[in-house]
Amino acid sequence: MYQLIRIALLSLVICSAADAWAAGDISGEQMRGLDEQVQEMKTDVLDIAAELGRLEERLLYPSGTQVALFVEIADGDALRLDAVQVEINGELVAHYIYSFKELEALQDGGVQRLYTGNIPTGEHSLSVTYTGKLKNGSDVNGSQQFAFVKGVEPKMLGITLDGTGDRIAIGDW
Amino acid sequence: MKRASLLPIVLTAAVALTAAPVRCEELRDLWFGEALYHAKMGHYFDALERLDTELGQHYDLDEPELDPLHYHIDRAEFSVGDFELRYRMHHRAGRAIRAVLEGDVEAPVRNEAAYRLARIHFHKGQMPEALQALDRIEGAVPAGIRDDIGFLRANVYLATGRPDEAIPVLEGLGDSRELEAFVAYNLGIAYLQDGRETAAVAQLERAGRVKAGDEAAAAIRDKANLVLGTMLLEAGRNEEAATYLDRVSLDGPFSNQALLSSGWASTRAENYERAVVPWSILAGRETTDKAAQEAMLALPYAYGQLSVHGRAAEYYGRALDTYGAELGKLDASILSIREGRFLEALVREEIRKDEDWVIRLRSLPESPETYYLMELMASHDFQTGLQNYLDLADLRRKLEGWQSSFEAYGEMVDIRRAHYEPLLPGIDTEFRKLDSRMRLRLEQHEMLNKRLQSMLTAPRPEFLATREEQRMLATLEAVEEKLDEQGVAADDESRIRLRRLEGRLLWALRTEYHDRLDAFHRHLQELDGAMTALEVRYRQFVRVRQAASHSYEGYDTPLGRLHARVGESIARLDRLMARQGRLLEVVAIDELVARRDRLERFRDDARYALADSYDRATQLQARSEAE
Repeated sequence: MYQLIRIALLSLVICSAADAWAAGDISGEQMRGLDEQVQEMKTDVLDIAAELGRLEERLLYPSGTQVALFVEIADGDALRLDAVQVEINGELVAHYIYSFKELEALQDGGVQRLYTGNIPTGEHSLSVTYTGKLKNGSDVNGSQQFAFVKGVEPKMLGITLDGTGDRIAIGDW
Repeated sequence: MKRASLLPIVLTAAVALTAAPVRCEELRDLWFGEALYHAKMGHYFDALERLDTELGQHYDLDEPELDPLHYHIDRAEFSVGDFELRYRMHHRAGRAIRAVLEGDVEAPVRNEAAYRLARIHFHKGQMPEALQALDRIEGAVPAGIRDDIGFLRANVYLATGRPDEAIPVLEGLGDSRELEAFVAYNLGIAYLQDGRETAAVAQLERAGRVKAGDEAAAAIRDKANLVLGTMLLEAGRNEEAATYLDRVSLDGPFSNQALLSSGWASTRAENYERAVVPWSILAGRETTDKAAQEAMLALPYAYGQLSVHGRAAEYYGRALDTYGAELGKLDASILSIREGRFLEALVREEIRKDEDWVIRLRSLPESPETYYLMELMASHDFQTGLQNYLDLADLRRKLEGWQSSFEAYGEMVDIRRAHYEPLLPGIDTEFRKLDSRMRLRLEQHEMLNKRLQSMLTAPRPEFLATREEQRMLATLEAVEEKLDEQGVAADDESRIRLRRLEGRLLWALRTEYHDRLDAFHRHLQELDGAMTALEVRYRQFVRVRQAASHSYEGYDTPLGRLHARVGESIARLDRLMARQGRLLEVVAIDELVARRDRLERFRDDARYALADSYDRATQLQARSEAE
């Protein structure tokens, strides 16, 4: 009896990489066939997304007027960001409240595109305000004004929030 | 009563292959950072869309080394494969990772890519290819995956029936803290597969004592004890079996099975009193669990063996009630799936907010079918099918969103066309006039510049004469010509006056030359500034003019093509989703039917045993009355 069981156990080990279907006549083959098609579908939709993205960008944010704002956290988990508010030329363009997942992504080195819009070429003002908590649990908030010049090319501005709580840096990319 | 099955556990080599997402230390490219942001939230479609576009643009550049992505290009190429793998696009992931392998990259990056490729092949059941990828690993290996590589290699050997080769690899991983429980367990399985039963028992015994740092390690430790207990039980070593089965934690994923087997071990040893303990615990647990359902029948059996027939009858009665209720649930579940409610529940977005969404499905009152499908849902193939179905549902939502945007885009283009088309011809006419005037001025400016340059090398005072002075010089020249015609003598009063006047003018031009040249230079510089401003304005106008045309021209064809493509994709996706959904439903229904058949058998057994218990109780009572 033990030998039989052992053979059954071993046969399951051998099949470990591709678990057998619980159901009788539905084979893993069918599922794998469908999986191939699903992958093709994903490829197609990604291609559409890329082409549509480029077209949308050209249509909605022409390079001559495009401005994009990105947010990153400088020192990983030192800052628990709650919200960021951005004004361009005194006009509110973004007010974002972060979920836990988004905050983790930022703390782990991700960069969030906070806003994409259009502004004319020339000089502009940017105001960044944020609220959050420091590692020790104390509340922190900061606000800073910046000036920037929009040229004929797309303007990419990276807003870096410092974990010390009182520094906001703007990088021109 | 005989035990229904001693092998409800699925014994497989434990797979604990994880890979941390790429952490970019010094980020130089915002778009790459954005792709990472999406990836770190598990939004791999968005991450891929962003990174594919960024990489495409990077390679289209004449000088890609000036692009900030240049600093991360190896990581970016690698991340594409990584994201595709995580988005279950194994084909593309394999291609992307192979590209990294064949590229000119450093050994750690290449070796990590080879490891990822091997993982893809392993998950797809392509063991020779997995081994081939692992064999490409040479030189420096990132410290974080060194043990993972060995562990994967051992798993490939196990999956291809080469335990003798897996054993030394696993033995060499003994120091790995992270994989300790998995390595210990798989080594036990390898010994077993190699026919070294004594070594297998000893190793599984060790695996069952490993200190668990997390839930996964605790689960694998429980699994080792359960497997060992089950093996010993089958070998008739009941007392030893009970020892290992009792080590399985009471709140782990294998606790129900362990409780059931522990009861059977005691029963085999004819220690029914001890069997009652685990079975009593188990019979009170979740009624949909296979082991709990079996315990409901096993517990009164043990009481019967202890001649407590009254209590046995009571428990058989309870089991009958439970089985009846569960059979009703199963019928309702099968009907619910047939009516499409299972798939409806799956695609509800709010359900999948957290990682344990499969577990949370169980708590949905409107989808009873999920109660019985937890085990099925945990299987790799069903999960793949389920994830594919959910991915397709997400893709459909995206495609639908895009499809609804095309109308707005078309309208936007039409509005812009209607605004600009009547305006532009007039603007163009005005512009052409201004353009010719501006060109004239530009030519004049250039001529003045040349004149300044020539005067710096050869002074020409007459070039700096004022308009009035130029007029006077011309008049004096005309008078002199007239005097020449009339033959007026050189010492005539009029000629003397003429020369005096010329002298006066030349005096002023020569003596004031440097001042005038300075003033000319200064004015020309001022003019340069004005001309530069004019050129800037000119270029701005040209750009704005081009932007006006580009805001509505050239969209109709790509938008039309994309619109059609999205429509076709939705139709294709619907067909694929229907097939995938149908397959899931059939598998789920088959599982439920199997569970129903099992429960019906239990119910029949319980009915018979209930009657038998009553008879025995009656006989016992009659006997005691007679005595």
